[in-house]
Formats: sequence, structure tokens, C-alpha cells
Amino acid sequence: MKLEYFGIALKNLRRRGVRSWLTLLGIVIGITAVVALVSLGDGLKTAVNSQFQVSSTELITVQAGGLTGFGPPGSGVVKPLTKEDVLAIGKISSVEAAIGRNIETLKMEFNNKLNIGYAVSNPEGENGKRIYSYLDLSAAQGRLIGDGDNNKILIGNDMGDGTKNGFGKDIHVGDKISINGKDFRVAGILAKKGSFTIDRAVIIMEQPLRDLTNNTDEVDVIAVKVKSKDLMEIAKTEIEKLLRERRNVKMGQEDFQVSTPQAMLSNVNQILTGIQIFIALIASISILVGAVGIVNTMTTSVMERFKEIGIMKAIGAKNSDIFFQFFFEAGLLGLIGGVIGILLGLGIAFVGVDALNQFIGGNTPHQLSVFLVSFALFGSFFIGSVSGIAPALKAASLNPVEALRK
Amino acid sequence: MKKREKSEVIIRLRDVHKIYKMGQARVHALDHLTLDIKKGEFVAIMGPSGSGKSTAMNLVGSLDVPTYGKIFLDNNDISKLHESDLAQIRGKKIGFIFQSFNLIPNLTAKENIMLPMLFQGVSFEEREKKAESLLKLVELQDRMDHYPNQLSGGQQQRVAIARSLANDPEVILADEPTGNLDTKTGDIVMKFLDELHKKGRTIIMVTHSPELAQKHAEIVYWIRDGQLEKVTRRK
Ligand SMILES: Nc1ncnc2c1ncn2[C@@H]1O[C@H](COP(=O)(O)OP(=O)(O)OP(=O)(O)O)[C@@H](O)[C@H]1O
Ligand SMILES: [Mg+2]
Repeated sequence: MKLEYFGIALKNLRRRGVRSWLTLLGIVIGITAVVALVSLGDGLKTAVNSQFQVSSTELITVQAGGLTGFGPPGSGVVKPLTKEDVLAIGKISSVEAAIGRNIETLKMEFNNKLNIGYAVSNPEGENGKRIYSYLDLSAAQGRLIGDGDNNKILIGNDMGDGTKNGFGKDIHVGDKISINGKDFRVAGILAKKGSFTIDRAVIIMEQPLRDLTNNTDEVDVIAVKVKSKDLMEIAKTEIEKLLRERRNVKMGQEDFQVSTPQAMLSNVNQILTGIQIFIALIASISILVGAVGIVNTMTTSVMERFKEIGIMKAIGAKNSDIFFQFFFEAGLLGLIGGVIGILLGLGIAFVGVDALNQFIGGNTPHQLSVFLVSFALFGSFFIGSVSGIAPALKAASLNPVEALRK
Repeated sequence: MKKREKSEVIIRLRDVHKIYKMGQARVHALDHLTLDIKKGEFVAIMGPSGSGKSTAMNLVGSLDVPTYGKIFLDNNDISKLHESDLAQIRGKKIGFIFQSFNLIPNLTAKENIMLPMLFQGVSFEEREKKAESLLKLVELQDRMDHYPNQLSGGQQQRVAIARSLANDPEVILADEPTGNLDTKTGDIVMKFLDELHKKGRTIIMVTHSPELAQKHAEIVYWIRDGQLEKVTRRK
């Protein structure tokens, strides 16, 4: 029976002025943030985590420089790692192999277009083959490159795709690409990995890459394969100890970084969680502001409708009849804010997932969580109606004679 | 409504006092008011401004309770009831007509008439049917879906009359029903009240116009300073 007051509440909403709609902004922002955050946050985590799945779990990465370790590898390096460091790490007992790799940004020309791309070195000899197996790389077309392939390159799957590589034209096996002015021929295209570090890479044998960049000794990243998974932490400690000695730094002041995939992953996830908490905080604050706004506008409309309340009581409205009208009206206000917020939030998530897929690669699907939407709908109605309780009680408890005298 | 014995008393006021407290000051709006109103009577209440006419109407209409004294409606003591019971009683037994029409502005004429029935739990279909027949009664069937601000004062008051009849009340309370209308429009409104009276309804009307009282009411209660001054009957 009380549900009939929804109709009256709706009618009352229709005559509301701009001001009371503006008070909904808080709810709109709050719900937008929650919906976007949840839809996007999960997508982001999936995308980021899939970036790390490609690195074998027994690989430790060693880099010189900063503490953050999130810039492009090798950036801001004060004192680079060297070939000797690689050899020294390789001799540690828990280590199966230490492989130095260089990562360079280079000018690449194809289809008469000049782009900046990045190239990763593949070491000569046994280590070159090891890298393929550690990273589980295989050629989708053509073949992998090895010793003697000094003017050949291997490209990531996305690099072969004209819609993604920036050259506006598919690259095929046998095509010629000019890198820093020197011609290379594509020997193979890697199978899709779902990780932009591999799918977007150009792989060149180590020596020709060093020649291109006039680099004789420096190493950007050392990939360390540990003999077994249980030795990860031990190996990490030993590598750190060795590098401290070799680079002459004290404990706690390392100018290099030894990271296990688990640690990197948990680092990234920590940051993502931090962002989520931050946005959740903003969301709760705006929802709180929105709730206060609804209390406010409902109180105002109770004042404005004193007379109406008196009339309704005179024609037989019980206190509960009046209460539910205002209660539902507040709930509907919240709900409307919620619906707008859900639409905006889903829109942001939609665009966000697209951007994510564009920049990081991978193919996180667009998700629409029925649970999330119904939760947000219910939640916004709940927030609205709870905010309406006090004003509705005030309306209900008005003395009819007093109310009619206004 | 079934025809009743004229002698049956429907409203009984016994030594009714209404005292308003305004800070320290006490306003004695009604003072020792005692009177009986019989079923089917057309009663006018007259008196100077501030004499307590509206206060008396509010008590009879169970919008308020007396400070002292007893009020019986249909032999039920309503002077000590709580708001929710009063609401139920006034919704069923009383129809209010106000000087300023008091329609709900964002409801159409029909919806305004349906509203009192909603509060009595009448089904939608029944409400709609009743509202339409009442609109016909006040000759406004072609204004069904108009909003109050799309109606003239006289039309609004006719909608208000229709609304007052929604739950078939025993008593119609009209507080200066023509006070905001010109004479001609007022006469039309009075014509409808007369018709209701002829059909056997009890009508209590506050008015400042002796002619109106003389022309329509069978009995006039004169009130001054919250007390019953005199009672005059039409010959
Ligand atoms: N809610 C109230 N609070 C305080 N005083 C009130 C209240 N209602 C009425 N009064 C006072 O009670 C007295 C009677 O008021 P009431 O409205 O009944 O007069 P009335 O006879 O209807 O006058 P009018 O012809 O002007 O409508 C007046 O002095 C009025 O000021
Ligand atoms: Mg009055």
C-alpha cells in the first residue's frame, strides 16, 4: 500500500528546481567513482598481473639505479652494470645462469615512416637460447634469431600488426627495417604474449645492438635464472651482497635493484590497492556530502510544503502516510543520482579498459557486473532514503492545524 | 447516504476550552463552549474575526484536541485521541472545504479527489471511478486532468467540494468557502453545498456574511470571544 506513495514522490520530484538537483552532485560523483573504480580496478589488476605472468617465476632481475624500478629499465642510471657484473653473478652457487641484456630506444624506419621503438638484445651463444626458453618465446612466423644473425631481427607480435605498430603497414618476415640508419631484415615474428614488453619489442643480437649504440661494456638488465624456486631469496641476498662489494656501497644505500617477480608484482599490486583506497576515500566523502545535501534539500522542501502537509492531514493522511512520501522522495533522489553515477562510472570504465588495452596491450574484456550495478542502485536509494528519514519524520510529526496556518 | 432522523445529534461539544500558549501569554480561543449539532443540519457559525470560529471547526474536524472539555462525534469521544486515530476518523467522517481551496498543486483535479481515498486504502480503480463521478457531480468532468493553477477559483473550490465528499463523510466543514470568491461564483459553490444538504449531509459553514447564513443555514451559532453568544433559527 505504501508503495503507492512512490507515484506521489515521483510527481513531487518533477517540480523540483535546479538547486535540489545540484545537491545530487555528491552522490553522482561518489557512485561514479565506486562503479568506475570497481569495474576498472579489477581490469587493471588483471592486465598488470598478466604482464608479470610472462616472466618465468625463477627469474631474478637486476638493474642499476633508482629505488623505484618502474621507469623504463636503465633510465636515470648513475653507475651502469657491466659485463663483469654478469660474469660474477653467474658464478654464485645458487645461480644457474646470469644473462646480461640491453634495452635501447632507437629510430626505426619502415614504410617511409620514422618511429621511436625499443630494441632488446639477445645474447650470443647458449644464453640466447636460454632466454627464449625462460621467457617461453616461439616464432609465429619465420624463425627465432641466433648466432650469426647480425643483420636480422625478430619482432614482437604487435610490431607485425600495421594497426598497432605505428608504421601503418603490416610487417612481414623478410621485410627490411632501417634501425638507426642500418638495415635489418625481419627473420621472424614472435607468438602473441599479451605483454607489451614482448609484443612491442624488436629483438636484435647483442653485438650488433652494441655496435649501433657504441656500447662496449654496459649492461641494462641482468636476468638471473636460479637453480630452483626455493633458492630465490637466498640467491637474491647473495647477489645483493656481491654487488654491494663490487660497487662499494653500504647496506641500505644500494644503487642497484635486485627484484624477484613476486616482489615486483606485490609492489605493483600495492600501488594499485593504494589508488583504490584513495578513490574509495574520495567516493565515501562525496557520498557523505551528497547525503548531507539530500538532508538539506529535503528539509527545505518540508518547510516549503508545510501547508500541503497540513492539507493532507486534514483529508485523512496519517503520520506514516506523510512519512513515506518524503522517505520515498529522498530515496528516489538518491536513486536518480545513483543511476547517473552508474552510467558515468560504466562509461569511464569502458573508455579506461580501451585505453588500458591500447597502452599496455593485452585484451582485458569490457565487463558489466550485474552485482555491482544492483549494489549501486540499491545503495544510492538506501543513502537517499536514510538521509530522508529525519526530514520525513519532521514532516510527519507536524501539527495539522499549525501546518494549515502557514 | 441513508436518510436519518433529524433529531439525532452527530456533534456534541461539552464545556470545550482551547487555550493557546504563546510564550508567557495564554490565548483563550474557546471558552466554555457547549453546543449540539444534529444530523443533516445546515449550520452557520458567525462571529467577529478572532472569535474562535476556525478553532471550533478544527476541533469538530478532529484536526486538534481541546485543552479541556469533551467532543463527541457520532457518540465517540474524540477529545483525547492520538493523532493517528484522529487522522483515521477525520479521513472517514469529515470533509473539509477551506477558504483558500487548498488543493495539492502538483496533483490534477482528479488526483486531488482520489487522495483522501488513498489514505483510506481504497483501490486505485475504485478511487478513479469515484473521483470521476464526483467531478461530474460538481460539473467539472471536462477539467479532470487540469492542475489547480489551470482552474479558476470557483472551479478549484468545486474540486475541493468533490474532494471533501470522497470518503462519504457524515459532516462537511466549510470555513468561509466563498471568502475568496466573487458573489456570482460564490453562489454556484453554495448551490452545490445546498444540494449536499438536501441529500442529507450535515454541513457546518463559517461565514462573515449574514445574508449567506440567512439564505442557506437552518441554524446560526454566534460566537464571541470563544463563547456561544446566541443561537438563531430560520423560521
Ligand atoms: N495556533 C495558534 N496559536 C496561537 N493563537 C492562536 C492559534 N490559532 C488561533 N489562535 C488565536 O485564537 C483566537 C481564535 O482564532 P480563530 O482562528 O479561531 O479565529 P476566527 O474566528 O476563525 O477568526 P477569523 O474570522 O479571522 O478567521 C485568535 O485570537 C487567534 O489569534
Ligand atoms: Mg477563521
